[in-house]
Amino acid sequence: MEAMVYRGPYKVRVEEKEMPRLEHPNDAIIRVTLAAICGSDLHLYHGLMPDTRVGTTFGHEFIGVVEEVGPSVQNLKPGDRVMVPANIYCGSCWFCVRGLYSNCHNVNPNATAVGALYGYSHTTGGYDGGQAEYVRVPFADVGPSLIPDWMAEEDALMCTDALATGYFGAQLGDIKERDTVVVFGAGPVGLYAAKSAWLMGAGRVLVIDHLDYRLEKARDFAHAETYNFTEYDDIVVQMKKDTGYLGADVAIDAVGAEADGNFLQHVTGTKLKLQGGSAVALNWAIDSVRKGGTVSVMGAYGPIFNAVKFGDALNKGLTLNMNQCPMKRQWPRLFEHIRNGYLTPSDIITHRIPLEHIAEGYHIFSSKLDNCIKPVIVPSAS
Amino acid sequence: MAYTAYNPVPIPTAEELKARIPGWGADLNPLDRPSVPKLQFDPERTGAHWDFPDRQEETYPRERSIEHKMLTPVFGTAVPLKGVSGAMRRLAYKRYSEARAAHWLILLAADRVDAFGAHVTSLATVRPDNPVTETGVLSEFRVGGLSSRARSRRADVNHQWIDPILVGAPWILAGGAVFAGVRALVRRRR
Repeated sequence: MEAMVYRGPYKVRVEEKEMPRLEHPNDAIIRVTLAAICGSDLHLYHGLMPDTRVGTTFGHEFIGVVEEVGPSVQNLKPGDRVMVPANIYCGSCWFCVRGLYSNCHNVNPNATAVGALYGYSHTTGGYDGGQAEYVRVPFADVGPSLIPDWMAEEDALMCTDALATGYFGAQLGDIKERDTVVVFGAGPVGLYAAKSAWLMGAGRVLVIDHLDYRLEKARDFAHAETYNFTEYDDIVVQMKKDTGYLGADVAIDAVGAEADGNFLQHVTGTKLKLQGGSAVALNWAIDSVRKGGTVSVMGAYGPIFNAVKFGDALNKGLTLNMNQCPMKRQWPRLFEHIRNGYLTPSDIITHRIPLEHIAEGYHIFSSKLDNCIKPVIVPSAS
Repeated sequence: MAYTAYNPVPIPTAEELKARIPGWGADLNPLDRPSVPKLQFDPERTGAHWDFPDRQEETYPRERSIEHKMLTPVFGTAVPLKGVSGAMRRLAYKRYSEARAAHWLILLAADRVDAFGAHVTSLATVRPDNPVTETGVLSEFRVGGLSSRARSRRADVNHQWIDPILVGAPWILAGGAVFAGVRALVRRRR
């Protein structure tokens, strides 16, 4: 089968790989019909995530058709159209039975500090991902769900991670009625978080980025007030000014480990790997929120130490809420919102790229060319 | 503007927001949100029909964190350990917990060794690495790389020039090593 393969930082190609096989009685093999490149895939692509091995296939956002199931699978059969959450989880450990699917203890031998994801390095379990024609899906009775008949495939694809994560990020903000919410990052997750903040009763939603085309999307798609931080001497001061010098009630970091805005942080973190990425957005979130406010973090960070302004968070009495999103826990409510027309996930998809051109897809997305917000990958077998 | 007990910036009313934003307030009740509270004990919800999953067969010695008591019942088999990078990774897993910087820094160093080794060994295959096609850099011409960057002020332009150096460095180093080796051989023969 054809699959995207990592060849080292900034380099990927399509290779002929062996078909995945059932390795556990509750495995399924899924023929991928659509996949997406996630902003967090770029951390792997840039060589930022420890134990990213040459030969790995990335991709934790995908949907497809069941090709084969293991002998203990009860809920799926070949031919079913399924959406697969980015998290791999057993459904039975201490964490899973309490709803923390992203923190499962039974699927990642490589680390206890993170659960398992498809195609996201050996640090998250060493599973191949869905930017391929076929993929192995463990715990087929737990993770995948049938795609509802009424749901568009691209909407289902967005539910597998980006939409669920953005919606989860707004929840982590503990938003109260008429709160002022500032969202750092107008990428897919930031856009969804901004849109979700309204559902939770926000009174103002402010979105910050440095790419005008993404800020335009934040205005159109998420009804947000927008700020290009390159136009301000200090975006934190601007946030203070625009909230009457109080600060926002809630700040959401939807950027993660490769934030721009501070050359030194960015180069030492993402280029030289002297720290676990660049925590500029998180530091801005900590400094922009009001005292006693809440900072939500679901932008992706790796396991290596970061230069984070923890003292400010302490001295301001902030609540820091964070986690990788347990995707499937969000789905029933997200399905309602999509059906009601409150959320229109596929509106942010800008590029549809054949799998054989995935190297260009990564470059366009990574370098933010051609007004790229969300690229979708179409495998040839689909 | 004095600092008082009230929000200094006027916020629209709920009615105004409802009229302007589709779905505003649909999840207004903080207790009626999917991930609230964070911990919700419900073993029936996940679809698991086991107390502990069957064990996946361990077909090769699978590395694991020493913070785990055992090999997890299910694990990925994408790329087994091999070569010098494999030995480094094995050391990181066997010797250092996730709490130690050494664990992660050795893994990160192994990634660089892995990538460099893969480039070098690819030269002896029918499909050597091609930095032009594998970086997707030709898309710069197809989708207007220059105009994409010139259209507005962007904070990432000030460091994107470093990327070609990062990509090219292994090739330059490998070329330099080959050149130095050949030169040393030639000099020895003279």
